[in-house]
Amino acid sequence: MTRHEVVLITGARKGIGRFLAEHFVNQGAVVEGCSRQRPGWKLPNYTHHAADVSDEAQVKKMISSIGRRHGRLDVVINNAGIAAMNPILLTPVSTVDRILATNFRGLFLVCRESAKLMKKRRYGRIINFSTVAVPMKIEGESVYAASKSAVVTFTRILARELAEWGITCNVIGPGPVATDLIDSIPPAKIDRVVSNLAIKRLGNFQDIANVVDFFVKPESDYITGQVIYLGGA
Amino acid sequence: MLLQSMQPKQKPLSRTEITALVISTLRDVLSRQSETRKHKKAVQESTPLIGEHSVCDSLGLVNLIVDVEQRLQEEHGILLTLADERALSQKISPFRTVSSLVDYIERLIREEIPNDAA
Repeated sequence: MTRHEVVLITGARKGIGRFLAEHFVNQGAVVEGCSRQRPGWKLPNYTHHAADVSDEAQVKKMISSIGRRHGRLDVVINNAGIAAMNPILLTPVSTVDRILATNFRGLFLVCRESAKLMKKRRYGRIINFSTVAVPMKIEGESVYAASKSAVVTFTRILARELAEWGITCNVIGPGPVATDLIDSIPPAKIDRVVSNLAIKRLGNFQDIANVVDFFVKPESDYITGQVIYLGGA
Repeated sequence: MLLQSMQPKQKPLSRTEITALVISTLRDVLSRQSETRKHKKAVQESTPLIGEHSVCDSLGLVNLIVDVEQRLQEEHGILLTLADERALSQKISPFRTVSSLVDYIERLIREEIPNDAA
């Protein structure tokens, strides 16, 4: 991360997204964040967009605003995501649509529009969020894991298509982290997931920031299409 | 740091202006293409963009479409997605020549901002 880089973080209102917004602001970056609702906090050098990432017009408007005000976009962190835990036989199709809309369609739109802006400077870092639920094949997380599996495949291909323009695309796959995404999951289930990791503890925000920092470094320009699962999943 | 000031113009775009924008973007894209693909002839409205006689390689076409979208946005405040579903499903692609691309942009602008395109 070099000072004054422009960073976009989706799902920035709370949890990991908010932590990363503060993390990058503290490093001197200009941070743009988005979420459907406005946050109840402010930061210097931080601008929030009330935008739904699954809405094409809203995403285009947000990226256009970043381009107009900064003329550049250096880093995109696609953190926005929703989860729902249900056995497949009890999963309403509306849940499937909702999860895919945010976790995949939204990520696709943000990647596509961001890459158009990054391409101008022939530089960019895209970091997409997946999950350890992909390699761990956790029962009850089929739709969530499938949406995040799509993120992995999409990012690997995106990496090849955007390499020409100096844009790297990588994936971070966190394990359970204490955020409200796992609030609805029974503690016994979280314990089971953690016990199946090589490193048997919950992840924390700093673990994620560490990998993000690695991917966004200018020196990481030879690292693309890679997936790092945390905790040794 | 700002790369450039990107204040959009607030006036309708004529066909001549769209053609000039597409041709100058295409020239820029072609100047960046590899030596073996560089187009030596003058770019005009009939210049093919896809197919056997295309002046662009596949990456060049992507660059052209994205760069035209961006110039429409930055220079004229027009937010369009050129590679939309209709473009990709049309039997006769709007990307086949400079002229057909200009027709397509003209149509999209008319549909998106009827007052401006009138």
